[in-house]
Amino acid sequence: MNKDSPMRMLWCTALLCLSAWPVLSLAQLKIEITSGVTDPIPVAIVPFASTAGADNGVDVAQIIQSDLEGTGRIKAMPRTAMTSTPSRAQDVQMATWKSAGNDYVVVGRVTSLAGNQVAVDFELLNALTGQQLANPRFTGTPAAVRDAAHRCSDVIYEKILGVRGAFATRIAYVSVEGQPPAQRYQLVIADADGANARVILESHQPMMSPAWSPDGQWLAYVSFENKRSAIYVQQVSSGQRRLVSGRVGINGAPAWSPDGKKLLVTLGGSAGTPNLYILDLGTQQLTRLTDGPAIDTEGAWAADGQSVYFTSDRSGGPQIYRIGIEPGAKPRRITFGGSYNARPRLSPDGTQLVMVTQDGPNYRIGVQDLNSGTVRVLSHGRLDASPSFAPNGAMIIYSGIEGGHSILQRVSVDGLTSQRLRADSAEVREPVWAPFTRPAG
Amino acid sequence: MRKILSLMLLVTVMALGACAHKPIKDTTPAASQVPGAGAQSDGAAANGAAGGAGAGAAGSDVDVAGPQEGILAQRIIYFAFDSSDISGDGTALVAAHAHYLVAHPNLHVRLEGNTDERGSREYNIGLGERRAQAVRRSMLLQGVAETQLSTVSYGAERPAVEGHDESAWSKNRRVVINYVQ
Repeated sequence: MNKDSPMRMLWCTALLCLSAWPVLSLAQLKIEITSGVTDPIPVAIVPFASTAGADNGVDVAQIIQSDLEGTGRIKAMPRTAMTSTPSRAQDVQMATWKSAGNDYVVVGRVTSLAGNQVAVDFELLNALTGQQLANPRFTGTPAAVRDAAHRCSDVIYEKILGVRGAFATRIAYVSVEGQPPAQRYQLVIADADGANARVILESHQPMMSPAWSPDGQWLAYVSFENKRSAIYVQQVSSGQRRLVSGRVGINGAPAWSPDGKKLLVTLGGSAGTPNLYILDLGTQQLTRLTDGPAIDTEGAWAADGQSVYFTSDRSGGPQIYRIGIEPGAKPRRITFGGSYNARPRLSPDGTQLVMVTQDGPNYRIGVQDLNSGTVRVLSHGRLDASPSFAPNGAMIIYSGIEGGHSILQRVSVDGLTSQRLRADSAEVREPVWAPFTRPAG
Repeated sequence: MRKILSLMLLVTVMALGACAHKPIKDTTPAASQVPGAGAQSDGAAANGAAGGAGAGAAGSDVDVAGPQEGILAQRIIYFAFDSSDISGDGTALVAAHAHYLVAHPNLHVRLEGNTDERGSREYNIGLGERRAQAVRRSMLLQGVAETQLSTVSYGAERPAVEGHDESAWSKNRRVVINYVQ
């Protein structure tokens, strides 16, 4: 058969088109570091060797470098300064790397295995002692190489800094394009570094308050697609979704219980007074938690599922309260500094509470230690909002206005490092960090 | 051959439109579109109010033109920061529409409450509702029937004007009176 035959051209074209399909008309997020520690740890991340095509075009070492440098605590050796590129520990001449100023060296390789599998291996070496600190292997399909790279970052970060990494995680956020009254709203999920963004809902009406289920498989959110608020839950992998509350009045602020079986919701009713309820997703039973004419909303569960935190303006302006879920429980006020404290979210270990707090004329992100009551303001913007903890409790993602546009920002809980995530042609806001979906280690 | 190539490109592009993992896209007021393989949108009607009386008693969600004479052509009441008090021009506007609704008991309005962008979003939904309810209460006091009025809050989600200063904020703190079928 002539190699220019029509059929051959047909198939080549079809394959080309299909391989280019992911994600049309979605503004991509780009990460930029805005601040880091004054003495970041120097690490050499040597480009990984790869047998032909095994890495699926993914530069694993570059992903690891971006992940680690993005924390502001690690400085990677430039590739141009590397005089050799070993891919195995035994090939590393440590004296060279040590004298180049590195505290650690990472070498690795990507290899094809039988059955369309790929293995990503690396060794983490202490440049000062020569000790090998880790040498894991991650296997999966070629499509999962990027995820394997993030898992490498998790291991390296934990070994060097003693804190579990959150690089192989996902976020969800709302993206808005266009000008009033013709805005287009999208609910997007992406890797924690902004890659692999995928639209799971789009509408000419607003959507808000995305919330991940504890198993990371579902998103609850509020949608105005019927011209008034309603709460949906949607399975992220399949797109399957169902309406869980379309009651008269406000339906808002869904929050999954730690066991994933209940949703804390805000319902306003026909009288328009928002209160907190617990909705049992199995039985559909609704249990009222708060009462009265104040605005009670933005509920968040304590880690043990026995109490919830929420925003209430019952004392005149928004403050954060806590109430037990047992019948007859009374709310107790938690925040006392300043005139505006709202939108509580709990750290994974339950000891810290992050919120939007008014700091002079500015709305900023504050963290309150629930034991001591001490509040630290972590952000520096005018209109910061919607904070969410990373599942390792070490970082907070939130939204802010910069250069007149809504962007996402991350700050470490110790306040020492920060990054921004910006989409060129869209306003991005309401980020939520998904929970870990794999066990530790 | 070039023709076959173009045809194949066209077919491929059309086929891409039917791929699985297509986002749920809202193109009609009533329901979400069901995407490709494996996705279902089930359960109670998306429009339904699952519980609570009075759903639908205040008309459908279809906007109609409504009165256009004089002050009645204006539909927006503005509010001061952190306030749901109707004052000044707002008082006259609410009175005019209330008067009109009393004279036309077959008409319905949806009162849409909004806030500026400052502060947290779900709390702003509550504030927007408070403003819509303030207009509703004023209209009830002026003789409008309950069944003619419905409220909705968009909080900070549907600004009239994009911007991050008081000139934009002041135009977003509002209740919009929308005549509906």
